[in-house]
Amino acid sequence: MRGPAVVWRYGTVTALIDESPHAKTIELEVPDWPGHAAGQHVDVRLTADDGYQAQRSYSIASAPEDPRLALTVERIDDGEVSPYLTSELRLGDELELRGPIGGHFTWRADDDGPLLLIAGGSGLVPLMAMLRHRAARSSEVDARLLVSARSLDDALYRNELETLAAADGVLLHRTFTREPPVGWTGFARRIDAQMLRAVGPAPAARPRIFVCGPTAFVERADDLLVELGHDPTTIRSERFGPTGG
Amino acid sequence: MARISRGFQGRRPQVDPDRVPPGQYVTRDFPVLSAGPTPHTPLDEWTFTIRGAVENPASWSWEEFVALPSETFTVDIHCVTKWSKLDTTWTGVSLDTLLEQAEPKAKFVLAFCDGGYTTNVPIADLMGGRAWIAYEYDGEPLEPEHGGPARLLVPHLYFWKSAKWVRGIELGDYDEPGFWEGYGYHNYGDPWKEQRYWND
Repeated sequence: MRGPAVVWRYGTVTALIDESPHAKTIELEVPDWPGHAAGQHVDVRLTADDGYQAQRSYSIASAPEDPRLALTVERIDDGEVSPYLTSELRLGDELELRGPIGGHFTWRADDDGPLLLIAGGSGLVPLMAMLRHRAARSSEVDARLLVSARSLDDALYRNELETLAAADGVLLHRTFTREPPVGWTGFARRIDAQMLRAVGPAPAARPRIFVCGPTAFVERADDLLVELGHDPTTIRSERFGPTGG
Repeated sequence: MARISRGFQGRRPQVDPDRVPPGQYVTRDFPVLSAGPTPHTPLDEWTFTIRGAVENPASWSWEEFVALPSETFTVDIHCVTKWSKLDTTWTGVSLDTLLEQAEPKAKFVLAFCDGGYTTNVPIADLMGGRAWIAYEYDGEPLEPEHGGPARLLVPHLYFWKSAKWVRGIELGDYDEPGFWEGYGYHNYGDPWKEQRYWND
């Protein structure tokens, strides 16, 4: 009913990239991938040799324009699926997945901006897809990204974000909540109203706002944004954890 | 049959597998899934409304609502994002109690909420002791991030049908897709048939 079926497919692992001590990007060649919008996710399904299966959802990190589908998975030590994906999966392995899923937490270059992206930890993944899409389309939409991470070690896509900031005009802001790098003069605290004001843009500019991260982070960011005067209907959020996978 | 994922052992649920729908895993936490900011509606502005194709449109203030006959019940809940939580205990008003007073004249319901969320459910699924408007979880007032002050609870369907921050239901002759149903999620959402997405 209503639309095309979201069918299971097998992708082949073409690259595995360490993004941080806890996170890995899995690049996949997926035959007949129907395409996706930046911000969507996939369901991944693993099957044990006795037929037992486990499924989890992971955000897509790659832009719709990228030739391969990329997922970035953060390892949850007591998880069931993420330790397999980050430690066991090898080049050439097949991975069963279906998608793309979700149509609310998405941004297309034609949607225009300004764009305000706020990431807590690995909540950066779907927002990265949006920035990669923006770059692929040579969009000049005002785009600002605030990344909250515990330490530099935990910060994903560091070099690429520096490049996007330098070459594509993304206004990149970081805050380190636990262990700022030596000599760091930027934000070094949990997000607060003053920080969000400094990042901007002002509510009057009616930015399209995307917030992704752990539940407590998103609750806090969303509440602060509403208090600052942003229209709640301009704020799209995606929350994850305390569990997952 | 799906191909085997080389080297995957997996964890088997530590509970009766008959209680876990396909593709779900059991969690003891209570994860949160919402599409936007959490609304905070003051109780003195809160109402619950039944409108549309009913004999007697009805609306209750918070005080009137919590004075209605309530039930405390324990159910399993299943979120489309794969987690299931067993033996969750809630207190609220049965939809049977509310609909008895309103007298429905149509087959389809769209629940509407603070924050603009909607979800559609056939009215048959809201009757027969299978659906509630819940305002307590585990004996405590329902927290805003979990849908407080009150949420719809239809535990036999995926949990997105159990609309948070619910403010009423509208009855009609046509089955109108709600928020997630319009974004590719299944129109009905039976976890035992794994009806997650369109055409599942």
